[in-house]
Amino acid sequence: MKAYQKIYTKLEGITKATVSLRAKDVSNDELAVVGGKLAQVVRIKGDLITLQIFSGTEGIPTNAEVTFLGEPPVLKVGEQLAGRFFDAYGHPIDGGPEIDGEPRQIGGPSVNPYKRRQPSQLIPTGIAGIDLNNTLVSGQKIPFFADPDQPYNQVMADVAIRADVDKIILGGMGLSNDDYLYFKGRFEAAGALDKIICFINTTENPPVERLLVPDMALTAAEYFAVDKNEKVLVLLTDMTLYADALSIVSNRMDQIPSKDSMPGSLYSDLAKIYEKAVQLPTEGSITIIAVTTLNDGDITHAIPDNTGYITEGQLYLKADTDTGKVIIDPFRSLSRLKQLVQNKKTREDHSQVMNASVRLYADAQNAKTKLENGFDLSDYDHRCLAYAKDYARELLAIDVNISITEMLDTAWKLFGKYFSPAETGIKQALIDKYWVK
Amino acid sequence: MKTKGIVTGIVSNLVTVEVDGPVAENEICYIDLQGVKMMAEVIKVNGKNASVQVFESTRGLKGGDVVEFEGKMLEVTLGPGLLSSVYDGLQNNLATMKDVFLQRGEYTDPLDHEKLWDFTPLAQPGDKVIAGDWLGEVKEGWLPHKIMVPFSYKGDFTVKSIKEAGQYNIDTVISVLVNAEGEEVPVTMTQKWPVKVAVKCYKEKPRPDRIMETGVRVIDTLNPIAEGGTGFIPGPFGCGKTVLQHAIAKQGDADVIVMAACGERANEVVEIFTEFPELIDPHSGRHLMERTTIICNTSNMPVAAREASVYTAMTICEYYRAMGLKCLLLADSTSRWAQALREMSNRMEELPGADAFPVDLSAIISNFYARAGMVILNNGERGAVTFIGTVSPAGGNLKEPVTESTKKAARCFYALEQGRADQKRYPAVGPLESYSKYLDYPEIVSYLDETVEKGWVEKVLQAKNIIRRGKEAAEQINILGDDGVPMSYHVNFWKSELVDFVILQQDAFDAIDALCPLERQRFMLDLVLGICEKDFDFEDFEKCREFFKNLINELRQMNYSAYESEQFWAYNETVKKMTA
Repeated sequence: MKAYQKIYTKLEGITKATVSLRAKDVSNDELAVVGGKLAQVVRIKGDLITLQIFSGTEGIPTNAEVTFLGEPPVLKVGEQLAGRFFDAYGHPIDGGPEIDGEPRQIGGPSVNPYKRRQPSQLIPTGIAGIDLNNTLVSGQKIPFFADPDQPYNQVMADVAIRADVDKIILGGMGLSNDDYLYFKGRFEAAGALDKIICFINTTENPPVERLLVPDMALTAAEYFAVDKNEKVLVLLTDMTLYADALSIVSNRMDQIPSKDSMPGSLYSDLAKIYEKAVQLPTEGSITIIAVTTLNDGDITHAIPDNTGYITEGQLYLKADTDTGKVIIDPFRSLSRLKQLVQNKKTREDHSQVMNASVRLYADAQNAKTKLENGFDLSDYDHRCLAYAKDYARELLAIDVNISITEMLDTAWKLFGKYFSPAETGIKQALIDKYWVK
Repeated sequence: MKTKGIVTGIVSNLVTVEVDGPVAENEICYIDLQGVKMMAEVIKVNGKNASVQVFESTRGLKGGDVVEFEGKMLEVTLGPGLLSSVYDGLQNNLATMKDVFLQRGEYTDPLDHEKLWDFTPLAQPGDKVIAGDWLGEVKEGWLPHKIMVPFSYKGDFTVKSIKEAGQYNIDTVISVLVNAEGEEVPVTMTQKWPVKVAVKCYKEKPRPDRIMETGVRVIDTLNPIAEGGTGFIPGPFGCGKTVLQHAIAKQGDADVIVMAACGERANEVVEIFTEFPELIDPHSGRHLMERTTIICNTSNMPVAAREASVYTAMTICEYYRAMGLKCLLLADSTSRWAQALREMSNRMEELPGADAFPVDLSAIISNFYARAGMVILNNGERGAVTFIGTVSPAGGNLKEPVTESTKKAARCFYALEQGRADQKRYPAVGPLESYSKYLDYPEIVSYLDETVEKGWVEKVLQAKNIIRRGKEAAEQINILGDDGVPMSYHVNFWKSELVDFVILQQDAFDAIDALCPLERQRFMLDLVLGICEKDFDFEDFEKCREFFKNLINELRQMNYSAYESEQFWAYNETVKKMTA
C-alpha cells in the first residue's frame, strides 16, 4: 500500500464496464477503488487512465472517489485455505474468518517449460469412456465440451471425488446458485470437504468479476502444488462465461473484435489459464478439468475452437439413443496425453483394445446410416449394431464405475461375442493372449 | 549516445515511448521497471512517439518509466553449442535459468563461454575470403561445425593469420582478416545476426532436386517433400498434427533439426525434452538431441516473443545451412505467430484485414517461407533448409487468412481431415486434397527414377487414382445400396481401402511401423499395386468384404513386422497365396 493515498474525484468517461480519469504515477494492472467498487488499470495513455470495474459501473457518478491501491490483485495463501469457500476477490462467503496468510499476486509468471516434467501419473475416474478411451494424466488440462443441458457438472463432481488427489479447487464462473449448492452437497456427502477450496462467482454476481476467478483458483493451486508438493485438481466451470466477460471488457475499450466478437487476444488469454496445468519436478502437480459450454454443439465458435488448440484434448458428452444413456462420445473425445500412461501404467493391450473397439463402433454407425437409408444390412452390420449397444451400455455410459482392467476384459468379452480375431485388426500376439472364445 | 525515452502509454504489452533521438523500426530497447530491464522491440514510430512491443508482462509499469534504445535489431548469437540447446523465442537458454518460474528481465547467455572446442583450421594465411566462407571447423556432436567469416562482414578479405589446431573457447580470436582498406578484423567462433534479415551468403539458390525422406508413407510415397522444400500441415485440433510433426522430427533425414514450438502447449515441448535424449537418429545412429535445437515459446509465454521465435529458429537453420548441412525447420504453429501479429496490430488500432489479421499477413508469411531452400555455397557445397509449418485453422475451416496465405507460399500441402481422424485413420492426411508440387518437377521425377524405382511417380499417381475410384464407388454404394451396384464397384472400393489401410495409415506409436524407410515403402507400394492390378470376382459383396478384410489384416501384420524378417516373409507368402 502507498504511504498516502491521493483521492481523485473527476471521472472523464464511463462505459458499462470501464471508467477513465486523469491521474499520475499509476502502474499497469494495479487495483483501485472507484466509488467503493474494486477496479483494475487496463490502459494508460499519457495521464488518462482506463479502469475496468469488476462489479459494473451502475450508479457510479462522475464525481466518484477513486483511490489507487498500488498493487495488482492478490490472494492470501496458507494451509487455512483448505475447506473454505470464497468469492471472486478471495473473501470468504462461508461465514468463516478471513485468511491470514502470505499475499501472492494472482496471474503470476509461468513455469519455465524446461523445469517441467513429463506427466506420467494416471488419474483413474472409473468412467470407461474416460479411462479406457481418453485416459487422464496428472498435469493435464482438458475441458468437457457440452451443451448447457448436459450433466457435465455431475460428471465433473464424480471425477473430482474419485480422483486420487490432495486438493480439489473449484473455480465457479457464472455458476447458478443451484449448481453451486450441488457441488457443495456432493463434496460434503463424499466427506471431501477438508480438501476442497472454492472460488465462486454465481449468476447473481456481476459478470466482469469472473475474470478474477481462474487466477484466484490457480494461485491457490500453485501454492499447494509448488510450496506443498501436493497433487491439485482444478475444476473450472464454465469457461465460456469467462470468455464472454473478456469480450465485454474488450468491447467497452473499443478494441477491434476478431472472430465471433471475441477479443483478438482470446487464445493468449485462455492459454495463460490452461497452461498453469503442470507436472512439477517435485511430486506436485496441477491438473485442470474445465467446462466449455457450446451453442448447439458448435465447436467452430471461437471459444471452443481456441480452447481445443490449447488443451490436451477434450471430452464430449452425448445422449445415446440406443441405450437411453449419456455416454462419452468416443469419436470426438480425445486425451492427448493418454499414450503416456496407456500400456505403461495400464495393461499392455490397452491402446490396441481402445482403437479396435472404437473402430468397430464406427462400423456400427455406418451400418446405422445404411439402415436409416433403407438398405439391407449384412451379417457383419448386424453384429456391429449388436456390439455397439453393449459397448455403449457397458463401457461408454457415464454411470460406469469399474477398474481399467475390468474395462479391458469387458472389451475382449464383447470382441469374442461378436467378431472374429481378424475383424478386430489387433496384433496377433495380443489376440493369442487375451482372445475370449 | 544512446537514444532515450519515457513511457507515455500502456495497453497490455504495447507501450508508447516518447523518444529524445533517432530510433529505427525493429530496434531493440530496454524498459526500466524498478531496476528490472525488460526487452522490447520498436514496431511503429509516429513523430516523437515510438510504439514498442514488450517481450514481458507489463504489470506494474508506469507512465514516466525510463527506456533506453540499443541501436540494433533483435539478434541471435551463432556459434558452436547451439545444438541440443533449449531456448525461448529470444534465444535465452532455458536450461540455465534457476527458478521454476520465468522471471521478468532474466536473460541468459545462449552459448557456453567456458567450454573448449577442438578446432581445426581450414583456411590458410593469404586466402581470399568473403562473408560465409569457412575458416575452420570444430566438432559439435558428430557434426562438423564450420567457423565462418561472419555474415555481416561486407567486402573482400584476406586471411592474415589463423590459429593452429587446438582447444579453444568460443571467444578466442581464431583468425585475423584484413579488409580492402588494409584494416585488421578479428574473427571468433561466434557471430551475431539480426533475425528478421535473411542470410544470403551463398552463390545461388537452385530448384530442389531430391526428396527428404521422413519415413512417413503418406508423405514420402504419396506427396514427398523436397530437400530444401516447403510444406505445411493444416488441420483442426485433435487430428494428429503434433504427432505427425514429431514423427517427422524424429525420422527426417536431416543433419540439423530446429523445432520452434510457437505458442503451443508446454507439455508437448516437455515430451521432446524427455524423449529425444533417449531416441536414436535412424540415419546416423546418434542421439536425436545432439542434432536438435528447440526454440520454445509456449502459449503462456509473452506474445511478442512468440513472433520472434520463428525468426530465431529460421536464422539458426540458415547458419547451419551455410556450413553445407541439411537442416529441417519445424514450426508449430504458424497460426499462433500470425495471431501474435494480430494482437499487436489490434492494439495499435490499425485498420484490420480479413478476420482482424493485419493486411500484410500474406506478404509476411511468404517472405518467411522464402527463406527456406537448397543453396549452393560459394565453395560449391550444397546446404538446405527444409521448412514444414503447421497451421491451426480457426474452426477447422481452411478458408481462413492464415491457411490461404500459407497455401500460396508453401509447395506441399498435407491436409489433415477431421473425418479420417474420427475414424482413427492416422496419420489423417487426406490423400486426395493433399499435394506435393515437387512431383511435377522433372528433377525430382528423375531423382526418384534413379533412387527408388524407374517409373515411381507413375505408380504414385496410380495409387492416388485407386483411392479416387474407390471414393466414387463408395458414393455410389451409399446412394444405391450394396445390392444396387455391380460387383466391380465393391472391388474398386475395397482396393482403395487396401491402399488406405496398408499405405496411408501408419501407427506412429508402434516401434516398427512408425518408421518406414523408402526402400520398404517401395516394396509395399509395389505389392499393393500388384494386388490392385488383378481382377477379382466374388459371389456377393459379403464375400468381397471378407476377402479384403482378411487381406488387409495380413498386410497390416506385415507392416508391424521387421522388414525382411522371417515373420515378414511369412505374411508376404500368405498374401501371395490369398491373391494367387
